[in-house]
Amino acid sequence: MSLRIVVCVKYVPDATGDRHFAEDLTVDRDDVDGLLSELDEYAVEQALQIKEAADDEAEITVLTVGPDDAKDALRKALSMGADKAVHVEDDDLHGTDVMGTSLVLAKAIEKTGYDLVIAGMASTDGTMGVLPAILAERLGVPQVTLLSEVSVDGGVVKGRRDGDTASEQLEASLPAVVSVTDQSGEARYPSFKGIMAAKKKPVASLDLDDLDIDAEEVGLEGSWTKVDSAAERPARTAGTIVKDEGEGGKQLAEFLAGQKFI
Amino acid sequence: MAEVLVYVDHVDGAVRKPTLELLTLARRIGEPVAVALGAGAEATAATLAEHGAVKVLTADAPEFADYLVVPKVDALQAAYDAVSPAAVLVPSSAEGKEIAARLAVRIKSGIITDAIDLESGDEGPVATQSVFAAAFTTKSRITNGTPVITVKPNSAPVEAAPAAGAVEALAVSFSEQATGTKVTARTPRESTGRPELTEAAIVVSGGRGVNGAENFAIIEALADSLGAAVGASRAAVDAGWYPHSNQVGQTGKSVSPQLYIASGISGAIQHRAGMQTSKTIVAVNKDAEAPIFDLVDYGVVGDLFEVVPQLTDEVKSRKG
Ligand SMILES: Cc1cc2nc3c(=O)[nH]c(=O)nc-3n(C[C@H](O)[C@H](O)[C@H](O)COP(=O)(O)OP(=O)(O)OC[C@H]3O[C@@H](n4cnc5c(N)ncnc54)[C@H](O)[C@@H]3O)c2cc1C
Ligand SMILES: Cc1cc2nc3c(=O)[nH]c(=O)nc-3n(C[C@H](O)[C@H](O)[C@H](O)COP(=O)(O)OP(=O)(O)OC[C@H]3O[C@@H](n4cnc5c(N)ncnc54)[C@H](O)[C@@H]3O)c2cc1C
Repeated sequence: MSLRIVVCVKYVPDATGDRHFAEDLTVDRDDVDGLLSELDEYAVEQALQIKEAADDEAEITVLTVGPDDAKDALRKALSMGADKAVHVEDDDLHGTDVMGTSLVLAKAIEKTGYDLVIAGMASTDGTMGVLPAILAERLGVPQVTLLSEVSVDGGVVKGRRDGDTASEQLEASLPAVVSVTDQSGEARYPSFKGIMAAKKKPVASLDLDDLDIDAEEVGLEGSWTKVDSAAERPARTAGTIVKDEGEGGKQLAEFLAGQKFI
Repeated sequence: MAEVLVYVDHVDGAVRKPTLELLTLARRIGEPVAVALGAGAEATAATLAEHGAVKVLTADAPEFADYLVVPKVDALQAAYDAVSPAAVLVPSSAEGKEIAARLAVRIKSGIITDAIDLESGDEGPVATQSVFAAAFTTKSRITNGTPVITVKPNSAPVEAAPAAGAVEALAVSFSEQATGTKVTARTPRESTGRPELTEAAIVVSGGRGVNGAENFAIIEALADSLGAAVGASRAAVDAGWYPHSNQVGQTGKSVSPQLYIASGISGAIQHRAGMQTSKTIVAVNKDAEAPIFDLVDYGVVGDLFEVVPQLTDEVKSRKG
């Protein structure tokens, strides 16, 4: 296997469900169905395409840090075509912030061995969008992030990053950390064959001891951020809704004028 | 009084509005010291001084434009070492967040991203975040190191607060990682002459209901009558009707204007994630059951091809 690809995937509460916080102000994961963060499907897809372009001279490991259920996210990625999985699972991880999570991921990536790390642009729960940059910092390798197009050839990764004010072409030597956006290309659906094959693929379990991480460095206690309160947004007072009977635009203008927008 | 580092987002010396908002927030927790990097860095000083910067640290080198992110992290770290600030504030752009995050790792600090408000607290700055597609509002703080906080556009008013704003050159030595990711080409985005989407006071957006690239002229005409920015749903972007840089939502821009007008947009959770904190929300949709109507202050159930042009005409005639 010449090219070792590690894809970071997160198990998140379904965004279309009723997401909320538990009493300790961490995300309540028991009451809402979890799934593979949709934005990480794009990362798995690009890993598969890079492997295909490398004439299969590559091996894809999917990696997650999360509770027991997070195996579901790994299964989904394996059924899409990844080769094997690593699950970092430890009771002491409950409530870890981005600094702790990135520490665990970095150690797990080093232990697994890698030439290329691929992540999503952001998770659909924390939505920080910084973890890939932090991984690059921790691993001491180039970050080639927020790519809408990516390719790997001859030990070099290239990609396009569409920023606020310009679109940039980027280039870095491997090893590197890449993150991809949802513009990078639709993710494939697992085939029936893929789903069956996934059941036989290896899923390794690691805990904090395996990674030489102290419990104090992670979890709620080890976090460097603290959530003091979480309040549900007050329900909006019901707005005015009118049916257009030919004057809808004028009525709307009247409303906007009343609000001093015109 | 404690100093607070403020990272300056500017284009060739023109300071972008979110940085001026940061200066307002920085003054609540200390004295703002601005850090401006790259071409035109010194030209930012007058504007920054006018809005409260006591000092402006500047550096320019080819590395800032030729390589991704890390050279700017090296410079911000040099500023951090020079100042020993009480907090570091950075605008929540994609690049800003990455710069902030890498600095936080280096200085062993916790990080909070996408704050929508900031106040001074007994145990350091307290940040407000709007999470889970704006369904919850949280208050958080950083318990280790110097708080590093990124703040979303439109989170604070821009206020004049004249200060010295003395320019000082910042000495930066680049790390080994600085040249890791080369920028081999750069195509600037063409200006439309309309306000910047994330900074605009009014945003007018179109979705699948607009039904074609050519029909976006209807949305643009309304936007122009109101002096607004134009947004689009992902469905409209994926169909190729409008550029991705105008997408509003989870994987597009997140906007928080005074007024958001959605036409032909159903209001999917991922779209709401990017616009739900708008102060006033208005929608035009022919389906009375569309979820967007749950959010609106004012909604018109009707055909956008009828309602929107009529609204545009009415706005124009009222504005004279
Ligand atoms: C609403 C909310 C707000 C939060 N705010 C903060 C905050 O301000 N500061 C803070 O320190 N923490 C915060 N957290 C915690 C933070 O989300 C987690 O620590 C998380 O593991 C890392 O951040 P992210 O998911 O936002 O990462 P992002 O940077 O958004 O994720 C980018 C990519 O990193 C990879 N990735 C992220 N997490 C994992 C994982 N567990 N396993 C494998 N791959 C992963 C995925 O590829 C993902 O697409 C918040 C959490 C929530 C739910
Ligand atoms: C991971 C992920 C990330 C995503 N990120 C984003 C994002 O950043 N932004 C985003 O917008 N979406 C995002 N989406 C997509 C999102 O789920 C929806 O598919 C999308 O927002 C739908 O766009 P729409 O409302 O324009 O289209 P639709 O849901 O098809 O709605 C079109 C609406 O137009 C109305 N309509 C049709 N014709 C007319 C007419 N003549 N007059 C008036 N009304 C009319 C219809 O009644 C309907 O309500 C994301 C999805 C995923 C999975």
